Amino acid sequence: MGGKRKGIEVSLAIAEAVGQANADVIAAYPITPQTHIVEHLSELVANGELDAEFVPVESEHSAMSVCCGSAAVGARTFTSTSSQGLALMSEIFFIASSMRLPMVMALANRSLSGPLSIWNDHTDTMMVRDAGWIHVFVENGQDAYDHIFWAFRVGEDPDVLLPVAVNFDGFILTHMIEPIEYEKDETIKRYLPEFRLKNALHPDKPVSMGCFGMPEIYTEAQMSREDGVTGSYPTIIKAWEEWGELTGRQYHPIETYRADDAEYCIVTMGSYGETAMEVVDTLREEGEKVGVVKIRLWRPFPFDEFRGAVLGKKALIVIDRAISFGGPGGPVASELRSALYKKEGSPVIVNYVAGLAGRDVSRNDFRNIILEGKAKAESGDTEGFILYGLRG
Amino acid sequence: MAKPMEQIKWQELEPGAVVTEVGSAREYHTGTWRSARPVVDSKGCIRCGVCWLFCPDAAIIRAEDGHFEADLTYCKGCGICARECPTGCITMMAEEEE
Repeated sequence: MGGKRKGIEVSLAIAEAVGQANADVIAAYPITPQTHIVEHLSELVANGELDAEFVPVESEHSAMSVCCGSAAVGARTFTSTSSQGLALMSEIFFIASSMRLPMVMALANRSLSGPLSIWNDHTDTMMVRDAGWIHVFVENGQDAYDHIFWAFRVGEDPDVLLPVAVNFDGFILTHMIEPIEYEKDETIKRYLPEFRLKNALHPDKPVSMGCFGMPEIYTEAQMSREDGVTGSYPTIIKAWEEWGELTGRQYHPIETYRADDAEYCIVTMGSYGETAMEVVDTLREEGEKVGVVKIRLWRPFPFDEFRGAVLGKKALIVIDRAISFGGPGGPVASELRSALYKKEGSPVIVNYVAGLAGRDVSRNDFRNIILEGKAKAESGDTEGFILYGLRG
Repeated sequence: MAKPMEQIKWQELEPGAVVTEVGSAREYHTGTWRSARPVVDSKGCIRCGVCWLFCPDAAIIRAEDGHFEADLTYCKGCGICARECPTGCITMMAEEEE
């Protein structure tokens, strides 16, 4: 169990994981803060260390198009992007999932223009929330490395056949040097079977992909997609369990920290979970009954696990990293409110939008958010959302 | 042959709505889209096949005597054949006209 520990930038570790997963085709366009991933992959291919086709496309729209073509013939396919790149890909992004083409995307989360920003938040990924991909959020470098293998394993499973986005915070993770335990190639080989696409494009067995969908069939096609995403859940869990058995690192759709007896929980997604845990430790020492609930699996949304973790709590303080303008609050909080609607013992939700475009959210800020959120919950002030740290 | 689209249940679709049956487009009768149909005056037809070449839907067929006419099951009525015919023996007639 466990391999060699290495101090490495998380982006490079992700690229090396793609290499260990033996990807066949990589098509990507460099964009901050994802650049180091594809840069390193192009190096691995150029040096002959990875036997793959690296397609240096002229735009992200083409990157996603190449990925669709590559997945359609049954090749193991990887891409990576951020922010504006994802926006440019978005047309084909939806097509990849509608045609059930497995591929893995390392999505280095970054704010969308405008104002133009290169820094981290979740506005890019929320744009494609409803695109029919599997979305997972990772918390640290090890987590990111591990989830590249998991994503190939889940997406390429014959029972799933879906593209998978591994979301990880731009700069906070992409540019961080962390100690990462590398798994041996034999372990990866055992975990990741060869990709075989039943209806792959092949002259021996012609098929038509991406056909026109008339009103008579579009509804059925959408239900088939819905069933595909929801139905991927058991495979997702099994892939995590097996990874846990092989490596000793176990992951869950919803993860909690000191939440069992907590009355108030802070809810995070991505790298913020790490800081939240530290702050909860301090607040526990001060006698506050607080805990952390972390959403790892975003699509398909793990309703039962989430409810199981939070029903009976007094309040959830939900941190969003994006705004739905003119809507009910941050996208995460509004989904959680809907998941808990009319459920017995459902906690109230106080919604903070924080850390937009890389504005630092320090331990002290987490502390303020938890304590102020708790006070708001107690006074019944739970409507809408609070833009944390806003001047004016 | 493939089931008509309106009879297919969602569970019967292949993932990604991939169509595994070759030639299933034959079941889709695009002729119902037409608002005008090409009418060939066979006396004027010199059997050159220009209409057959230009038809974007492969909906021009060759009759037994060698002249060309439209397959109205699939012809969408675009009128390209009438425009390209060198002798002008094809005219587009509105569907509501007899």
